[in-house]
Amino acid sequence: MATRAPDQLRVSPPHPPSRSGDPARLRHLLYRLDVKASPYAYVAPFFLLFCAFGLFPLVYTAWVSLHEWTLLSDVHTFIGLENFTTLLADDYFWNATFNTVSIGVLSTVPQLLLALWLAHLLNRPLRAQTIFRVTLLLPNVTSVVAVVVIFSQLFGRDYGLINWALSWFGVGTIDWNAGTATSHTAISVMIMWRWTGYNTLIFLAAMQAVPRELYEAATIDGAGGFTQLRKITVPMIRPTIIFVVITSTIGAMQVLAEPLLFGIYSITGGPDRQYQTLSLFIYENFTKLDFGYASAISWMMFLFIVVAAVINYLLTRRARGSLT
Amino acid sequence: MSTRHRTASRARGGSTARKLTYLTLVAVAFFSALPLYYSVVVASRDNSALADVPPPLFPGGNLLANVSRVFDTVPFMLALLNSVLVSGAIAISVMFFSTMAGFAFAKLRFRGNRALLVLTVATMMVPTQLGIIPLYLLMVKLEWTGSMYALVVPALINAFGVFFMTQYLSRALPTELLEAGRVDGCTTWGLFWHVVLPAARPAAAVLGMLTFMSAWNDYFWPLVVLTPENPTVQVALSTLAAGYVSDYALSLAGTALGTLPLVIVFALLGKQVIGGIMQGAVKG
Repeated sequence: MATRAPDQLRVSPPHPPSRSGDPARLRHLLYRLDVKASPYAYVAPFFLLFCAFGLFPLVYTAWVSLHEWTLLSDVHTFIGLENFTTLLADDYFWNATFNTVSIGVLSTVPQLLLALWLAHLLNRPLRAQTIFRVTLLLPNVTSVVAVVVIFSQLFGRDYGLINWALSWFGVGTIDWNAGTATSHTAISVMIMWRWTGYNTLIFLAAMQAVPRELYEAATIDGAGGFTQLRKITVPMIRPTIIFVVITSTIGAMQVLAEPLLFGIYSITGGPDRQYQTLSLFIYENFTKLDFGYASAISWMMFLFIVVAAVINYLLTRRARGSLT
Repeated sequence: MSTRHRTASRARGGSTARKLTYLTLVAVAFFSALPLYYSVVVASRDNSALADVPPPLFPGGNLLANVSRVFDTVPFMLALLNSVLVSGAIAISVMFFSTMAGFAFAKLRFRGNRALLVLTVATMMVPTQLGIIPLYLLMVKLEWTGSMYALVVPALINAFGVFFMTQYLSRALPTELLEAGRVDGCTTWGLFWHVVLPAARPAAAVLGMLTFMSAWNDYFWPLVVLTPENPTVQVALSTLAAGYVSDYALSLAGTALGTLPLVIVFALLGKQVIGGIMQGAVKG
């Protein structure tokens, strides 16, 4: 991985152990202790913090999900898998699952293809390279709250800039918030706007490590830009593509702020729950203080995330077969 | 001679493609910047102007009036102060602890070095947002709900920072320097303090900036654990947007206020930030 073993600090005592007396031996002992033990102390803060505030809560969620657990009462009745059986019969849960998948696909697939293509365009000597990169990342520096507030205005039914622009093409007034397809599109646009540039830079970083000679040889052979992208770039940066696909999937499964704020703080994701995602469904039950049920949803979601990540991993791995 | 010939032919053949590339990139840059620009337009207008057809496309003169309304509506000064303190504390802590762990992973020999590093990177894939309910219960127990401790303490160090500093130090810190320090009788802590920290400064600065930005923009956890009376900037903005739905001039003035400082800093130091993101991305 990142470490190169031969480059690590060699352990050799500054003074060989001598029998000249106890202080020297003690010094040597302390030195050995320092060299052997202190590395663990240096990496410990991360693991301690991750266990306390990352891993423990995640695991404890499973315990909470087996109880009838509200913040209002100190008694938490153990009810086994009842929360889960209720959940599987809950239409709102399946509605939220559908919305999450729909928004996830709509936002992730075009986004990653666009990012790949943009990175390909940037991966050549260009004037104003830095300016392009900075503007590309600008949306990512904007907070999610700001993004949704700004886009809610842009997607406004009556005075929104987007409906105004569409009216040039004879498209009638669209109430973006009302429908399932329109609201999913609007939310996906927000996600895409915020993350495409970031993923472009990640792809670009990987592309810059691809040897130039491959492209030069391909150019001499008469391969065009698109062929080069398909036949050289994609296979060469496959590990990065897999990484980005998986992290994007995990991110898309957890979308929360966009639907919450697009619905003007509606925890149901619109009056008909037309864009309530799973995270928002958890948050709804959290605000109802039904922690047991909310935890059960969390665990189902965790399951979904693992399944989605594995499927995507297999798909991206297979993609290599057809590309090389 | 042959090289020159090849470049010339490439330039000739690719001139249309080149123009198309620039055109595409300019279009993308345009759409990246447009929403931010337009939010400033709305923020500097009177609400009634937004109903005009065509909509206003240039900033007006109402920005200051809208901004002062923001300060009257939500505790924005407090929110700014909270956000600066929280993001600053997190950034400094992440820089320090990540450099420490990165030093150990990159330069020190110990059993399990590589395995622990892989484990660290793997934790980046754990969807910790799903543990938010027990995390909230934990904060209730610690009596940290509504306080900035709830934001700062869980964020004191993260896997990305550790990985980022490991990458940098294994590449940029000469092992000979550390060996020389050892010969001079430095303890590990002495090496860290006198050799590693100064050498890590460029990367740590980039990491600090990235951390500050993401802490500043963090929304869900602050929303869950804080109250509207003692918010961060993002929580205050969402209160504003939720409470004054049709008052776009007001909510976008708040948005501009909470976003522009970061955007300006980023525009100035963007090159370094981008370099940092791209360096962190390359997994060797």
